[in-house]
Amino acid sequence: MNTPIAMPKPTGSAKKPPSVQKEDAMWLQKELINKNYAELASARANNRKVSATFVPGNLNELLMCFDFARSLPETNALQNGMRKKSGKMIMDAERDGQSEDVCTYVKADLGMMMGGEVGPSGEVLPRPDILLLSYTGCFTFMKWFELIRHKYGCETVMLHVPYQGEGKIAPNMRDYVVKQLKETVIPTLERISGVKFDIDRLRQYMRESVKAEENLVAVLQSAKHRPSPIDGYFGAVYYIGPIFTAFRGTPEATEYYRVLRGEIEERMRLGLGPVTPDGAMGEEKYRLVVEGPPNWTSFREFWKMFYDEGAVVVASTYAKVGGLYDFGFRHDPDHPLESLAEYCLGCYTNLNLPSRVDMICKYIDEYQADGLLINSIKSCNSFSAGQLLMMREVEKRTGKPAAFIETDLVDPRYFSAANVKNRLESYFQMVKAKRGAAGAGLSVPMASLGPTVIPISPAH
Amino acid sequence: MDNTPKVMQIVSRCEALFDDLHFNAVKDWKAAVPGRKAIGYMPVYVPRELIHAAGMLPVGILGGGDSLEVIQGDAYYQSYICRIPRSTIELGLTGRLDCLDGMLFPSICDVIRNLSGMWKMLFKDKYVRYIDVPQNYQDEVGGTFYMQEMQILREDLAELAGRPITDADLNASIRVYNDNRAAIRELYAYRAAKPWQAPTSEVYLVLRAGMVLPVEEHTALVREYLAAAEGLQRVKRDNARVVINGSFCEQPPLALIKSIEMAGCYVVDDDFMLVTRWLLGEVPADGEPLRELSKAFLHASASTAAKYDATREEKGVFLMKQVKNGGAEGVIFAAPSFCDPALLERPMLQDVLSKHGIPHTAFKYAENTGQMAPIREQAGTFADSIKLWNAA
Repeated sequence: MNTPIAMPKPTGSAKKPPSVQKEDAMWLQKELINKNYAELASARANNRKVSATFVPGNLNELLMCFDFARSLPETNALQNGMRKKSGKMIMDAERDGQSEDVCTYVKADLGMMMGGEVGPSGEVLPRPDILLLSYTGCFTFMKWFELIRHKYGCETVMLHVPYQGEGKIAPNMRDYVVKQLKETVIPTLERISGVKFDIDRLRQYMRESVKAEENLVAVLQSAKHRPSPIDGYFGAVYYIGPIFTAFRGTPEATEYYRVLRGEIEERMRLGLGPVTPDGAMGEEKYRLVVEGPPNWTSFREFWKMFYDEGAVVVASTYAKVGGLYDFGFRHDPDHPLESLAEYCLGCYTNLNLPSRVDMICKYIDEYQADGLLINSIKSCNSFSAGQLLMMREVEKRTGKPAAFIETDLVDPRYFSAANVKNRLESYFQMVKAKRGAAGAGLSVPMASLGPTVIPISPAH
Repeated sequence: MDNTPKVMQIVSRCEALFDDLHFNAVKDWKAAVPGRKAIGYMPVYVPRELIHAAGMLPVGILGGGDSLEVIQGDAYYQSYICRIPRSTIELGLTGRLDCLDGMLFPSICDVIRNLSGMWKMLFKDKYVRYIDVPQNYQDEVGGTFYMQEMQILREDLAELAGRPITDADLNASIRVYNDNRAAIRELYAYRAAKPWQAPTSEVYLVLRAGMVLPVEEHTALVREYLAAAEGLQRVKRDNARVVINGSFCEQPPLALIKSIEMAGCYVVDDDFMLVTRWLLGEVPADGEPLRELSKAFLHASASTAAKYDATREEKGVFLMKQVKNGGAEGVIFAAPSFCDPALLERPMLQDVLSKHGIPHTAFKYAENTGQMAPIREQAGTFADSIKLWNAA
């Protein structure tokens, strides 16, 4: 059967001693993610087939139509990173022949499989029956699933999503994706699952998706308020968890986003800032836009470097990697396959660089941000290649200072806390200086504000 | 009178073209007839027939090699990104690519994909297009998409040219490129048969000349080289016959190719400049041209890491054919540092080779790698071990 529709209530058992502070919705999110791991772990016992797919271009509603238990390897890798397990997995994969130069998500996943497929929750995850290769915005996805297929014999089915090289979705791009869904993807999913495709079931899931999407957008856009009631990067990674993974289209996700929105609106009404792992954040001193994924192995330490200085991220591009809902996209039950195609085509990393720059400039303007911070990720060329030019362009267009740090997703060897902290502190001082100069009516050339464009090198 | 053997004269000319990072051959071609245009393209593959049919010169841009000092380009990239985009940016920012009227960025990896957007931002007055190719190989699905993409390119180029590109134009260009592909197949077959007569350091330069010369002239050059190479008898050595894999985008320095040869290897096949050999057979030149180009791409094209293998069984088949057809005794994986496609593909290909008992070795390079001693030692040890295994 499909994901049960009963909405789990936050239970006391899920709450940990208050060494880490979280909003209620964050605990609920954690329960959802753990529940999915439990479903995956029990999939074989429950005679369910298992799919794996990626977050950008994640066709969760479609996979649910075939009753798959649903695994997302990027999420597994980041969860392992947050639990400090990924370092060994990466080195195991490197010993098995993977290059030190390539994506650490891939190596963490391969290392996890080599280590008996014990997932982040400690339960053994089943080997997928089908790898739905949503080739959206990341070249590495293709090699990743080819590697798993090569090593473990899992079948792949390709969904090639053309890149928005011209900054728009052309009709032939959408038609191509729809045709692949009809001709290749759906027949394969039917064959593997033994479940016949029912388009009305897909429509029903999409109706649920829309409700969650509306509430997610309200939550993310709450950061336009001063002070922002959320952190649109560190906090947002919790908020996007259910909708970017195995829950979009479920009543559980709908309920989660309803609860979350209520909580955030209440915080906004009370004039409160975000909840951090150390409790309520103090005075909001800096409002930033962040480009690039977070580092997961030192996630809390990284976040602390921001909230200790009163810096809140009001918008981030990473929170759009699984869909650009805040720019109006909604799943459309009246045109289900076309809508799935548009969803895949519109994910952030499928946008060309000029579109990404436009988006960041718009965020800086609409969220009244003080500047841009780029967290450049060694593993992720899709995000990282071109970010130095993006930074210059954003500085030029907005007049706001930008800074650049380098870390990695899940390789602890590439997180140099001292370097990152130094850079951030310099950046905050620069923002302050720029703000002071602006207040005094002075024009401060960007060059006089220090070497913001020089990337720092992590300790290797 | 010049007593230099003909083959060396040809190679010298090719080397001069290779060394010229100001693309004077392109400038000369354009200057010969006012109004001519040139379109650059990056690896691995673009349908050059469309550019040719528009009356334009396709120009292969393969980075700056080891002689270009990259100053500005480095400021655009983090240390963990390969060399080719930064030297290409350097070429652009220093005006060396001003002779190009447009640039095409094929779908090969995220770095080159993003470079297309950077080019749009940096060179606003140039035509820039990302060339997506299908990863679905059904005619009615991937084929239709690819034909539509080619049609867009055709219309864009027609607009640049100021005249339509007819089917007859395209079919004529397909014929011209069929001839070029045939000549290059002859060149590769000749080298595989007599690698001592056509060293790869020369074959590479002959191939590379095709990145800047008009295709008709290049075809003639290839045939001229073949005739000249046969005319100069050279010493046959007891070298190990190897295939090079992984060098399909950022190019190894010429010294690296020479080092491999000097270390005791005959390169009998490779993946340099695959654009010249991507379409494996003759493309019909009397039909609907875009459909024929699409069919050739989908059903009769080379394989590389940037192309999806629809099933596990297909992985390594192309490489194994190269090994078998070239009579190779081993494979050298020579990939650029930080090259995601090549480095992610490599473990799978190594596994296939191991299962077939084909020896292999691997190293990384950058286009500006200067130290060849470690590579020469590794290639030499590999060649020696092949010879020992064969003797055993």
